[in-house]
Amino acid sequence: MSIDSAEDIKKHVKVYLMVFAALMVLTIITVGVASLPLTIPFAIALALVIATVKGSLVASYFMHLVSEKSPIYWTLIVTAAFFAVLMFVPLLAMLDGIRLER
Amino acid sequence: MEIPYTVDIRPDTGLNNVKLGIWLFLASEVMLFGGLFSSYVLLRVGAEAGTWPQGAEILSVPLATFNTIVLISSSVTMVMAWASLKLRDLSKYRLYMSATVALALVFLIVKGFEYADKFSHHLYPSESTFLGIYFLITGLHGLHIVGGVIVNSYFLLPGVKMWHTAPERFTNRVEAAGLYWHFVDLVWIFLFPVLYLL
Repeated sequence: MSIDSAEDIKKHVKVYLMVFAALMVLTIITVGVASLPLTIPFAIALALVIATVKGSLVASYFMHLVSEKSPIYWTLIVTAAFFAVLMFVPLLAMLDGIRLER
Repeated sequence: MEIPYTVDIRPDTGLNNVKLGIWLFLASEVMLFGGLFSSYVLLRVGAEAGTWPQGAEILSVPLATFNTIVLISSSVTMVMAWASLKLRDLSKYRLYMSATVALALVFLIVKGFEYADKFSHHLYPSESTFLGIYFLITGLHGLHIVGGVIVNSYFLLPGVKMWHTAPERFTNRVEAAGLYWHFVDLVWIFLFPVLYLL
């Protein structure tokens, strides 16, 4: 991240505190939503959406991804592609009709 | 021999090697935890209907919520430690880094209580597939916390000497440690709902 002046850093500190507050609120919402009588697929989707928003805030602001250089983005795009492949493995296994014992 | 590009920007990447190196490491960590998440999904969707427990039936949601707040707070103190170095304020850096290490230790202690409670009820990894994957993923995450505590404690105590001789290089080191720490926080943000709430 290319931040140099003290003024820039002070502005970023304010953003960090706002992100912190947002993460706290979202954590409370996550727990609150889990106690609602929702169907399991909807509850899973909602919990993962909230977790994704929280994760994006951490990655964007605490890890400075909002203002990184392109080699970092390319590294993460390749990583995300392979991560997506990993997440498809269970789907392929389901289509194969595998059942596992408890 | 001096290590090149610890502070200077490489002309080909536009980054110093510290930044690129830590991101490549984190990319490998995404695949490590991704494999375990994938295994969790496979085990869960492959289980016989009604055999997979809801996390809250076995695990303590209040303790996990508390630990989530602790870990998010430690992420903030970590980024504030880095910002303090950028503002040339070493005493604030020490304060925030101490808080980061202390919060990490609180997380580990709470996790230790959780594990002890499970063991006291004879709930071991061998008890069920759910507990097996729970102990595996949270155990690996806990080891990452231990690693972070060691690195951050080093930068808090003996490693801080570098600030007096090479402040920019030290700041870059703390930034790299911070990126790792935020990643560990990010993993927990997903583990918490997946293991405890769903």
